[in-house]
Amino acid sequence: MSQDSGHYYVPAPSTYPIIGSSALLFLGFGAALTMNKIELGYGLLAIGFAILFYMCFRWFGTVAAESESGKYGLDVDKSFRWGMTWFIFSEVMFFAAFFGALYYMRVLSIPWLAGESEVLGQTAWGAYSGGWPTTGPSEHFDEFTPMGAWGLPALNTAILLTSGVTITYAHWALKENRRDALTKWMLATIFLGVLFLGFQAYEYVHAYDDLNLRLDSGAYGSTFFMLTGFHGFHVTLGTIMLIVIYFRCAAGHFTPDRHFGFEGVAWYWHFVDVVWLGLFIFVYLL
Amino acid sequence: MRNKSVATLIGMSVFALYSSMAVGSKYNFPEPQSTIAQDIYDQHIALLWICLAIFVGVFGVMFYSVLKHRKSLGYKAANFHHSTTVEVIWTVIPCAILIAMALPATKTVIAMKDTSSPDMTIKATGYQWMWGYDYLQGEGEGISFFSKLSTPRAQLENKEPKGENYLLEVDNNLVVPVGKKVRIILTANDVIHAWWVPALGVKQDAVPGFIRDTWFTADSPGIYRGQCAELCGKDHGYMPIVVEVLDEESYAKWAAGKLARVSSGAVSLAAVSTDVVSGAEQAVDAIEENSDNN
Amino acid sequence: MAAVHGDVHGHDDHHPSGIMRWVMTTNHKDIGSMYLWFSLTMFFTGGFLALGIRAELFQPGIQILEPELFNSFTTLHGLIMVFGAIMPAFVGFANWQVPMMIGAPDMAFARMNNWSFWLLPVAASLLVSSFFVPGGAAAGGWTFYPPLSTQGGLGVDMMIFAVHILGASSIMGAINIITTILNMRAPGMKLMDMPLFVWTWLITAYLLVLVMPVLAGTVTMLLTDRHFGTSFFNAAGGGDPVLFQHIFWFFGHPEVYIMILPAFGIVSEIIPTFSRKPLFGYSSMVYATASIAILSCVVWAHHMFTAGMPTVGQLFFMYATMLIAVPTGVKVFNWTATMWQGSMTFETPMLFAIGFIFLFVIGGFSGVICAIVPIDIQVQDTYYVIAHFHYVLVSGALFALFAGAYYWLPKWTGHMYDETLGKWHFWLSMIFFNVTFFVQHFLGLAGMPRRIPDYALQFADFNMISSIGAFGFGTSQLLFVYIVIKCIRSKEAAPEKPWDGATTLEWTHLPTPAPYHSFEKPPVFKPVSH
Ligand code: HEA
Ligand code: HEA
Ligand code: CUA
Ligand SMILES: [Cu+2]
Repeated sequence: MSQDSGHYYVPAPSTYPIIGSSALLFLGFGAALTMNKIELGYGLLAIGFAILFYMCFRWFGTVAAESESGKYGLDVDKSFRWGMTWFIFSEVMFFAAFFGALYYMRVLSIPWLAGESEVLGQTAWGAYSGGWPTTGPSEHFDEFTPMGAWGLPALNTAILLTSGVTITYAHWALKENRRDALTKWMLATIFLGVLFLGFQAYEYVHAYDDLNLRLDSGAYGSTFFMLTGFHGFHVTLGTIMLIVIYFRCAAGHFTPDRHFGFEGVAWYWHFVDVVWLGLFIFVYLL
Repeated sequence: MRNKSVATLIGMSVFALYSSMAVGSKYNFPEPQSTIAQDIYDQHIALLWICLAIFVGVFGVMFYSVLKHRKSLGYKAANFHHSTTVEVIWTVIPCAILIAMALPATKTVIAMKDTSSPDMTIKATGYQWMWGYDYLQGEGEGISFFSKLSTPRAQLENKEPKGENYLLEVDNNLVVPVGKKVRIILTANDVIHAWWVPALGVKQDAVPGFIRDTWFTADSPGIYRGQCAELCGKDHGYMPIVVEVLDEESYAKWAAGKLARVSSGAVSLAAVSTDVVSGAEQAVDAIEENSDNN
Repeated sequence: MAAVHGDVHGHDDHHPSGIMRWVMTTNHKDIGSMYLWFSLTMFFTGGFLALGIRAELFQPGIQILEPELFNSFTTLHGLIMVFGAIMPAFVGFANWQVPMMIGAPDMAFARMNNWSFWLLPVAASLLVSSFFVPGGAAAGGWTFYPPLSTQGGLGVDMMIFAVHILGASSIMGAINIITTILNMRAPGMKLMDMPLFVWTWLITAYLLVLVMPVLAGTVTMLLTDRHFGTSFFNAAGGGDPVLFQHIFWFFGHPEVYIMILPAFGIVSEIIPTFSRKPLFGYSSMVYATASIAILSCVVWAHHMFTAGMPTVGQLFFMYATMLIAVPTGVKVFNWTATMWQGSMTFETPMLFAIGFIFLFVIGGFSGVICAIVPIDIQVQDTYYVIAHFHYVLVSGALFALFAGAYYWLPKWTGHMYDETLGKWHFWLSMIFFNVTFFVQHFLGLAGMPRRIPDYALQFADFNMISSIGAFGFGTSQLLFVYIVIKCIRSKEAAPEKPWDGATTLEWTHLPTPAPYHSFEKPPVFKPVSH
């Protein structure tokens, strides 16, 4: 395909989508069966993940190759920018659902349960006094110690914020075509990402082992682990993306003025950074 | 083209006939038996008229145009396509109509929500699939019973002819006195149910672990029937509500008789909370069991 | 289905043939066709379930569906119609039409476009096969409120993962459409020059990206509540079943506008064409669409008026909901003004468009009546609501889809559909639709709850009428399939421009049928004044 201006690159027919769909077929059935403790499910899940990884590897590989061979004009570049922007917006909304749940429980449902909606001087849950953190009104849940904000979480905040700076340095280096600095700063960012994840994993072990804080520790446990868990999952994805981009940088990909692959990942990294700030404030601090 | 207009006309008149079947028949809201139900009834009728008027206005114009401004009649198209004035007009007028609709509704909402100073309070608990009633306060305090569908299975399975109150009859009616403000507080034992008696104008979800309330004052004695109005599983269609409104004297007699029978095992106020708690605990257990079993 | 004819731009059509053409395609027209065929299949699947429901409700008593199975029918009918039939059909239209109407060569992300489609059959197979697993399909309604949906078995989990996959598909589809519209318009076409169908899709896609992730979050919480001991929707742990309803409807209400805004777009293309007169109030149409989208995000709790809310909450959501009548009214009035003093003809697309306006307004009115809190206390969870939303969804969304299909079939296939049969399809649908659903208003008012397999005797006669109507309506839809197939198979070529009033690019700048690759060189776009 020639690269005359005004010609938008439309890729040739491809098998990646159907491969991806078959992965999800395995994953969907596999997950549903696994949840219900049906043996077959584990196998299906494994196959599904294998296909999915294969698909991602090949698909992104192809995109990188197409990009490097100059198939993408400026219009395609702009499309990628729009696409990434809206994708991140959708991610924001996904987190918003969980932040919303946290808000609702803390501000509304727990005070209600603690007797704001008393009837004839009686509440539904006797002496339950609400407050936060809480496992909720039932005796059913074990006591736990909440996660403090100023230990590891504060350190992790610093780590992620720093990684936001290092990736920006990497970006500047790329724009000024200082390739050595670029790879160095990329490595630093990856290192910080991995460090963050390591601390986060340690924190989880600490929560389970020492604090008796578990996913099933009522409202606090649910929101704590789901919010930090999904964030951690996104950091993991982001780190993998950073690693991929690092290798692309090392392989000489990207030019000072055309490097959307890099920028997209940087945007994503900043996004997980901002989500973390929200978490630090609303999950750990307040 | 003529046959099309004829078809339209026939369609319209069938439609009109069809709608008129409803007027004055049992296919409207049931006859209101409380002030709130009356308000609702009146507002619904008023809204119907307003909507009908707008409908006739809009489609009067549109169908005039459809009939007259056709190519087959040689009508030549005009070319206007914009007018800020009319846009403003047809934005403002609907706003005004909506305000007129919202005013009475607002008053009723506030009245509906006012559950203060009741003459008596009854707790209704939704179970899969029946209702439990506890008289918490007022005359009859301490009465407590379950209320279950009493239509025989054979009728459901079409093995017997269906009775007059098929699916709308229970073993124990909820009995209340006429003219008294009855506050119903609601909760549920397992899943969400909703307590609904159309003639009295009340519907309120019963949410496990939470307490909700609503109220009614029945205008005249009689038997009013309703149904659970929130999907609650397999037998959601089979948990009716029957409210029997008695005059004061009969009610007193009924309550005394009922109380004599329960005597010692009376439910006291303190029992409310433990009931609710145990209800939700049971729900938790059920969930955990569910996830364990799976 | 579509033409693979010689390409005016001399581009060689090197794509795989046979089934692999469809599996691997990156062509927006192929993908559009697949979306449309898929949605038709799902429409019949969901319709089959509807007929099961109506057959059971033909008479009081339990005849053919046990209560639990009945609930599964209702649940899957709702889910399949919403996510399988109506939404994919509109995405199919977007795939076919958006690039052609803005002069783009294809969608912005052609490969991802293919993936968005091929996720749908995966989700559908999860949904449909859940009928056959132990415990049966989900039976908690398409709204799957906990704690009821915490109770179900494997079927519920299959539904949850199906919803995840559908969400992924919708988000990718929406991002694709937004990007295409924002980035690939023909030079000179400003946003305010775009055809209204494109505008409505831009706004719809925005809504999709806004709310589908929230739905994904909701079902995720439900999943962890079911299997991992979280307490989002469980009072004992500090959560609240009503929290689910808030999050669900934060998605659910915008969702219903997702299913109607593109319908408004289609109708806004058809009415001017057959009135031979420009659309009245173009810019106010755009603003009205945007206002509906914005308002739709702050009205969700009108589905929860009986769930128990503080008085101010009830009032706020009532007022906000009622307000939506204003921009929607603006649209209806603009359509009427477009027809006024036009030079109208009444081919099938126009019939369906007018039928749409007529019946949609009835559905809109019953919506406003539902929005009045005191009245909703009576009608919530009754057949009145069922009537309301079938008026806006079947005679709304679905009729608009039929209108659009007839309107663009010649462009897509290169053949004319059978006009007489099309008119039959319209009139039969119109009549049987009303027979089916008009009576449901009465049922609801008289007190028949929804989602029940059996009912009291006083509801018997109208239920019987409704069931007869439903079978009539269903049978009439077979006619549509026949018409479409006949059109594709037809030997006769359609006129280059069968609708003399059409003004959008696909009619003015492309041959009929549209070539496999259109607008590889962007067309010259001359804006018309609005
Ligand atoms: C395409 C789908 C669609 C559309 C467009 C609408 C449109 C509207 N809906 Fe509907 N609705 C649904 C799909 C839809 N709905 C579904 C699926 C449910 C049930 C979900 C479930 O529980 O399963 C539902 C339920 C539902 C409820 C909850 C009922 C209940 O469960 O108790 C309410 C309550 O407020 C409501 C209101 C409205 C309103 C006010 C509009 C408005 O947008 C309508 C606006 C239009 C008009 C008003 C007509 C034209 C206007 C004029 C001619 C101007 C002049 C008019 C006036 C001044 C009045 N809808
Ligand atoms: C989104 C779109 C949509 C569409 C298009 C439809 C289409 C139809 N729906 Fe509905 N419906 C919903 C969305 C939709 N629905 C939703 C969201 C619910 C709520 C679910 C819930 O409560 O959780 C619902 C619920 C619902 C109920 C209430 C169920 C209950 O509460 O228990 C009923 C009952 O009559 C019903 C009927 C119908 C009928 C008769 C049609 C007809 O229009 C269908 C017509 C199509 C066919 C019938 C095609 C089939 C044709 C064949 C298979 C060929 C063979 C035919 C013959 C031999 C006759 N629907
Ligand atoms: Cu109880 Cu429905
Ligand atoms: Cu809504």
